[in-house]
Amino acid sequence: MALAQADVLAGLKEIVEEVAGIPAASIELDKNFTEDLEVDSLSMVEVVVAAEERFGVKIPDEAVTDLVTVGDAVNFIVNAAK
Amino acid sequence: MTRRRVVVTGLGATTPIGGDVTTSWSALLAGTSGVRSLNEEWAQTIPVHFAAQVAVEPSQQMERVELRRLDRSEQFALIASREAWKDAGSPEIDKERLGVVIASGIGGVTTLLDQYDILREKGSRLVSPHTVPMLMPNGPAANVGLELQARAGVHTPVSACASGAEAIGYALDMIRNDRADIVVSGGVEAAIHAMPMSGFAAMKALSTRNDEPARASRPYDLNRDGFVLGEGGGVLVLEEYEHALARGAKIYCEIAGQGLTSDGYHIAAPDPDGAGVQRALKFALRDAGLTTKDIVHLNAHATSTPAGDVAEANALRAALGSDADHVAVSATKSMTGHLLGGAGAIESVFIVKTLQDRLAPPTINIEDLDPAVTVDVVRDKPRTLPAGDIAALNDSFGFGGHNVVLVFKSI
Repeated sequence: MALAQADVLAGLKEIVEEVAGIPAASIELDKNFTEDLEVDSLSMVEVVVAAEERFGVKIPDEAVTDLVTVGDAVNFIVNAAK
Repeated sequence: MTRRRVVVTGLGATTPIGGDVTTSWSALLAGTSGVRSLNEEWAQTIPVHFAAQVAVEPSQQMERVELRRLDRSEQFALIASREAWKDAGSPEIDKERLGVVIASGIGGVTTLLDQYDILREKGSRLVSPHTVPMLMPNGPAANVGLELQARAGVHTPVSACASGAEAIGYALDMIRNDRADIVVSGGVEAAIHAMPMSGFAAMKALSTRNDEPARASRPYDLNRDGFVLGEGGGVLVLEEYEHALARGAKIYCEIAGQGLTSDGYHIAAPDPDGAGVQRALKFALRDAGLTTKDIVHLNAHATSTPAGDVAEANALRAALGSDADHVAVSATKSMTGHLLGGAGAIESVFIVKTLQDRLAPPTINIEDLDPAVTVDVVRDKPRTLPAGDIAALNDSFGFGGHNVVLVFKSI
């Protein structure tokens, strides 16, 4: 099932706000998870698992290290859902 | 070299009778019970339907994101520590001279059980990555240490229901031994859950007075039938005396000594002779350079179990001798329930307030005083303590035969 980039971004914003307490308004495609949003490694695991559940995709552990920015995650999820 | 003296410069607590020290202390003097029926559905499936839950939920005292990463015991530790640190004047200190010693009897048991439910119902992938930092018994101390950036050492002594008192004693040692100038110390517990309560109920340790929860915790009463499980925590900021003077800190009192022994008798039952308790009391007085004549108050372990209360009272009478006649004994678990690893800590907070206000808190729910109890119990109303130099004791015991006595004195 194809997913629209805007829908994935909106969903990720909700997840990151829930997990890390970052206001959704400050979460943009170019934001770095660790440096800009202070999502630590444990919280990143929560974000990944929540995203898998929400979007019905698999995000393998080896792929997670490449998800540096919110945009990386959005692109990965959009591609994985194709 | 003269021994470094240690004083109390800050207090914090969240208890079944108040969300902070001031509220808890007022409720204690007023003889308020914090024991209530549990609303949770599981409560009706176990033999005991009541407990002493905290008066103010952590969700009213912390941010949501913080709450979801912390076990309830860790939440209590941070709430009480923040209050205590602020009460101490948020001291400026070299972080390498700042320590934390916060104990728990069981640690993050509700996290362990909740995540086990998730594992069984939803599978391994959905077990939280925060599980281990939340369930580890040193989690409360570690989180407080992290927040304060304490680098002199963060520790968690574990000795069941003596843990909180042992933590304060360990903190005393850290300052005396020149490892630290300030140590944030105390104990917490968050074990109100069907599983640990079923375990205590299976031991016949809990009161089953389901029709009268607020009357269930009745230390020294002839018809006591077990303890009431409580939750929460207490924290004391201990500080080297000269350090406290130099920064113009408010000084509540001195923590003057501790005595620790073990029974070598039984894994759960108290030694009926109370020999270990007597030795701990004598060691504590010797450590403090005091005698039984100096003691005017004791906050007893007295959990409201049939065997424990009398064994303790007999040991106290034997150790204090005729001086027991001028020791006002308070059993504050009659109001707070039994906080397990938090007990010795909140009771130490209460002792510090007792010395400050010169008022020993009451023991409630005694309808018929057990004639086997030969100590002078403060009943129903607070009792005024004498003017001048006074000292008070806390005794705490834990499953496993752990005995801890702490000595506090006016300054």
